[in-house]
Amino acid sequence: MPRPASGYEAPPLRPRELARWTWRQLTSMRTALILLFMLALAAIPGSVVPQEAVDSLRASRWRDAHPQLTPVYEKLGLFSVYNSVWFSAIYILLMISLVGCIIPRLLVYWRGVRRLPPDAPRHLSRLPQSRTFETDEAPDVALERARALLRKRRFRISTNDGSIGAERGYLREAGNLLFHLSVLIVLVGFALGGLWGFKGGVIVVAKDSFANTLSQYDDFRAGALFDAASLSPFEFTVNDFAVTFIREGREAGMAHEFGADLTYRSSPTAAQRHQKISVNHPLTLDGTDVFLISHGYAPHITVRNADGSVAFSGPVVFLPEDSTFRSFGVVKVPDAQQKTGNTQLGLEGEFYPTYGFVKGKNGGPFSAFPDAKNPAVSMLVWKGDLGLDGGKPQSVYGLQKKGLDPVRKADGKQVRLDLGMGSTAKLPDGLGTVTFDGLSRYVKLQVSHTPGQKIALGGVVLALIGLLGSLFIRPRRIWVRTRREGGATVVEVAGLDRSSGGDLSAEIDSLTDALRPAPVSKAAGSTTAGESS
Amino acid sequence: MTHDQFEVLSNQAVAACAVVYFLAVLSNFAAWAAGHKVEEPVGEPVAVGGAAAVGAPAQAQAAPDVVDEPERMQLFARIGVALTVVAAFFHFIALVSRGLASDPVRVPWGNMYEFTLTGTWVVVMGFLLLYRRYSLAWLAPVVTSFVLVTLMVDVLGLYTPVVPLRDALQSPWLVIHVVAAITATGAFTLGGMCSALFLVKERWLRRQSADTPPSRGYLARLPELAVLDRVAYRTHAFGFPIWTFAALIAGPIWAHYAWGRYWGWDPKEVWAFITWVVYAAYLHARATSGWKGRSAAIVALVGLATLWFNFVGINFFFGSGSQHSYAAPEPTAILRTID
Repeated sequence: MPRPASGYEAPPLRPRELARWTWRQLTSMRTALILLFMLALAAIPGSVVPQEAVDSLRASRWRDAHPQLTPVYEKLGLFSVYNSVWFSAIYILLMISLVGCIIPRLLVYWRGVRRLPPDAPRHLSRLPQSRTFETDEAPDVALERARALLRKRRFRISTNDGSIGAERGYLREAGNLLFHLSVLIVLVGFALGGLWGFKGGVIVVAKDSFANTLSQYDDFRAGALFDAASLSPFEFTVNDFAVTFIREGREAGMAHEFGADLTYRSSPTAAQRHQKISVNHPLTLDGTDVFLISHGYAPHITVRNADGSVAFSGPVVFLPEDSTFRSFGVVKVPDAQQKTGNTQLGLEGEFYPTYGFVKGKNGGPFSAFPDAKNPAVSMLVWKGDLGLDGGKPQSVYGLQKKGLDPVRKADGKQVRLDLGMGSTAKLPDGLGTVTFDGLSRYVKLQVSHTPGQKIALGGVVLALIGLLGSLFIRPRRIWVRTRREGGATVVEVAGLDRSSGGDLSAEIDSLTDALRPAPVSKAAGSTTAGESS
Repeated sequence: MTHDQFEVLSNQAVAACAVVYFLAVLSNFAAWAAGHKVEEPVGEPVAVGGAAAVGAPAQAQAAPDVVDEPERMQLFARIGVALTVVAAFFHFIALVSRGLASDPVRVPWGNMYEFTLTGTWVVVMGFLLLYRRYSLAWLAPVVTSFVLVTLMVDVLGLYTPVVPLRDALQSPWLVIHVVAAITATGAFTLGGMCSALFLVKERWLRRQSADTPPSRGYLARLPELAVLDRVAYRTHAFGFPIWTFAALIAGPIWAHYAWGRYWGWDPKEVWAFITWVVYAAYLHARATSGWKGRSAAIVALVGLATLWFNFVGINFFFGSGSQHSYAAPEPTAILRTID
């Protein structure tokens, strides 16, 4: 590209040099540190803003509550921070920096680990730890004793003229390298799970069955490379769900134990088997796990038209709102009839496993206990258009009230049905009747397949082993030099701690004490040149 | 003894250990004050604690003999440690009886009150175990007052009656995961204290000039910076692998069984990861020129802040959004059945 010819001009960086400069910057420790901080910072929004992948219900509620912020947040990827471009950019840069740091160090280590310890520096007394004493032994005798002692302490030793160099703790760097390489392994394992794995949630009412196909799931999330054909063809029936609630003492109301009894086949042709699943005890079918996540109530509701024909009948899943299992749910009746012809009915309200009522201004129905001791439903009635025909998907747990009108009593108030189990209520305007026939429990199950789990686990374990090595193996060098001076032998011992938190003074002291021939020579000057810092 | 009696015993043991910790704090402060009042004339009355930075200063590093310890000081320091040992014993009884108070008997790690009770005990035990090895007498005032204050907050703000464990918590991984997490938290807390003292002393040394009279205050009696840095590093280096195990191995394995995924970016997991990253940065910073010393100590304190925020903050601010929220005090009271 032509450049404007102006006064002074820095020599242009050629692409090669620029690349080298960039590479050196990227792989420097300083950059790695900054990237680590950025990674920590970037992870924070994901704990504040509800994440689509973690809890899509909360995320959509948040969206509804903040219509102005939502488009901005969506642009920034704040509802899926950990898949966002900027989060990925940080950790990919960090990994590149890591690789760039590790590869040269591997080569250095490969050469260094086979090398003998370096010669003694000229001025041993300048090292962070050094001692000097005099002895009557001949220089080579003293040196030979030092050699034997250090050998016994498992140092690698190089002998030179009048001095020896000793080193140990080579495995620290090996641990360090292992740790950093293992981080890559963990990332690979994590990526495998993210790309090929899936996680699906399904609510199954007791006595119902589930077959592992996409259409059966209530919600389903899969990685980019997931193939629906790879779903393993198992099926199961929830025979029974049992839960005991503690009834006395201050623990009253807590679920004591709950579990679902399943009959399953790993494929349509396989033999039937039984297994009980509970929290912490999933069912595992060739790599796919079925977890019991939570449970709740599904009251059986029957809606009859005025002529007695059934417009709707079946268990309706109500979602628990609190620990007393006061639950919220809706009944959608698309084929109801009224005097003038066909209409659609919607019931919306709450279910109380143990119904109670408080009179007064702040009163109202409540659930006194999570077990079904006195079950009742309390629902408001709507009629009109449920909005099911528009082709737009809608939640089965909420009514779209745009096309609906309240069904009113003669006095103009909206009809509220308060039904105990087994009772029936009549709707006005010839809309028929609603019956609360019975009660089932349901289980919320999560089916997931996460490939690469073992790789990730193996990676972390290796990383931990490497970490232990890199933190607790202390590489250190010790030199001993002897020389004849004025009729006595001067022995110099010095050490250099090559870890970052070591204190060599004790080791040097014990070595010096062992080398010193007898307490007689204590008078000889012993100097300490301070500790390493 | 019945479960209720054990609960009462636990509460009484907490009260007893708090009293003894208080006496230990007094004794440690007395030791420190005694160190001040040596017979030789000292230039100016020296302010205590944080204020020492203003007028106190001394060449403590250059002349270690300034730090001669008067007999009275050593006596009080010894009494302080003895009291701490006694308090730690009561503290331990409080923990054990808390577990025995539940029906069925369980480990005492079911809610935040119990986590804090255990965490403070781990801090004290860590301090006592390392006391001799690193000559930690200088850390005694900080540790005892920290534990006392934390226990007070725990009893006043977080107290929860004994209840059985929730279903998700009934797993051997509870023991493994929580023991590791609490141990690492204790180690990081001790390390953070050393890093904080490092920063205070470093600032104090920087601020003094040649003509300031020698000090015998607490800061002057702290070990030199290199030693503070080394003790801080060693406690952090001890805590880091344990944290790695707790947060990145035991936690995910348990999460797999309990929640059906090994890593789900739950707020608690996010912050455990952040803590891990920050402490990893600390270990790197300590080995990087330009970051050694002061910056590294600051990074360590940032790590401690994220750790404590995760421990306390997540439960209160993100309670409903976190699957770990059982650690928070239960807000909904459950009505009794009458039938």
